Amino acid sequence: MDILGIIVAALFSQNFVLSKFLGICPFLGVSKKVNSALGMGIAVTAVMVITCAVTYPIYVFLLVPLGLEYLEILIFILVIASLVQILEMVLKKFSPGLYSAMGIYLPLVTTNCAILGVAELVISQVNGDKGMFHFADFVFGKVVNEWFDFSYGAAVLSGIFYGLGFTLAIVLLAGLRQKVDKLNVAKPLRGFPITMLTACFMAMAFYVFASI
Amino acid sequence: MKLNRFKEIALDGTVRQNPTFRLVLGTCPTLALTTAAISCLGMGAAVTFVLVFSNIIISLLRNIIPDKVRIPCFIVIIATFVTLVRMFLVAFLPDLNDSLGMFLPLIVVNCIILGRAESFASHNPVLDSACDGLFMGLGFTVAITLMGIVREVLGKGQLFGVELWDFKIGFFENSAGAFLTFGLFIAIFNLCYNAVERKLRHKAAHKTAAIAENTTEIPTTETASQSKEA
Repeated sequence: MDILGIIVAALFSQNFVLSKFLGICPFLGVSKKVNSALGMGIAVTAVMVITCAVTYPIYVFLLVPLGLEYLEILIFILVIASLVQILEMVLKKFSPGLYSAMGIYLPLVTTNCAILGVAELVISQVNGDKGMFHFADFVFGKVVNEWFDFSYGAAVLSGIFYGLGFTLAIVLLAGLRQKVDKLNVAKPLRGFPITMLTACFMAMAFYVFASI
Repeated sequence: MKLNRFKEIALDGTVRQNPTFRLVLGTCPTLALTTAAISCLGMGAAVTFVLVFSNIIISLLRNIIPDKVRIPCFIVIIATFVTLVRMFLVAFLPDLNDSLGMFLPLIVVNCIILGRAESFASHNPVLDSACDGLFMGLGFTVAITLMGIVREVLGKGQLFGVELWDFKIGFFENSAGAFLTFGLFIAIFNLCYNAVERKLRHKAAHKTAAIAENTTEIPTTETASQSKEA
């Protein structure tokens, strides 16, 4: 598996939303307009990268040596919540333009399972065979995993590409929904059901990449 | 707690505000785990446990938790119970732990639990909150187990892991099938719900009309309140 194949896997065939079912709530909730979907996607990507960069060393250098692995859920969610809070404050102070564009999405990101999900995925690699998803096999491939030895760089890289995959999916769905809204949909299917069916066709299209 | 209030909470949790089909919350485990009915039951039990106990604790602390930092407080309480569930499963039911995978820790950010903490437990008495947690959890469990049964029978030809027949539609096992099943389930549930609701409203309207016809004198406040109840 080469680098390109890895990127295609993270963006398409192993897409966080359409294949791993993480971050479905914002995927359905914030996808009415392309602009807001893009804002949400960028906010999620940014927080994902920072989360990966921070939780990985916390787990490896703090929790494992102290034998506190059982606290990982508690620690991670606190770290993510405070990271989002800090990011919000920094943006407000130094870049009011960016804050007004993506600030409203930041509090929503805290309770987004994609963020905690990516932290758990990275950690499951550290745990080796105990890991639930065999992270290395499906994202980075065995060869690349040997190169990186699942280092810090790989953890951050995974944050970037999963975040971009999320952004891609949510922006595409928003584009489709803007078209679907103009159609005359049968009454019981209006709202969530027709969005689910749209997502179903998107998932089928993304699934094709898995066979490449 | 009065019986009427109990009935209200039970009906709200399981039907009128069913977290999966009416509110469409907690969609991630719903889509991901419904390939097997047995893991749906496990997930439902875990969520119900966390929901009941986090509701109780949050309801007990509702006058102490400051308003500004309530969300982090709720999350910490929820995360504690999720950690307990995870330790229990790792020790006693490792198979279930494997099949739930990363969706077990992700109960922390399940919007059903945070949503009930925010909208119900944070301003209701303890007993009411516990009941609300129980019935919301039941509503969730029944909903995802139904979806799990449909997807397992169609996708694998199995029911609760027992082989039924050789006929399989692989589509229902992959992610596109999950979205399709969920979408159709919501549509069918809404269709039935609206039909029943219309019928009940029709009946109530008939009853009030009949009362109004029967009472020749000016309706007193008592009959007015009676017809409202009917």
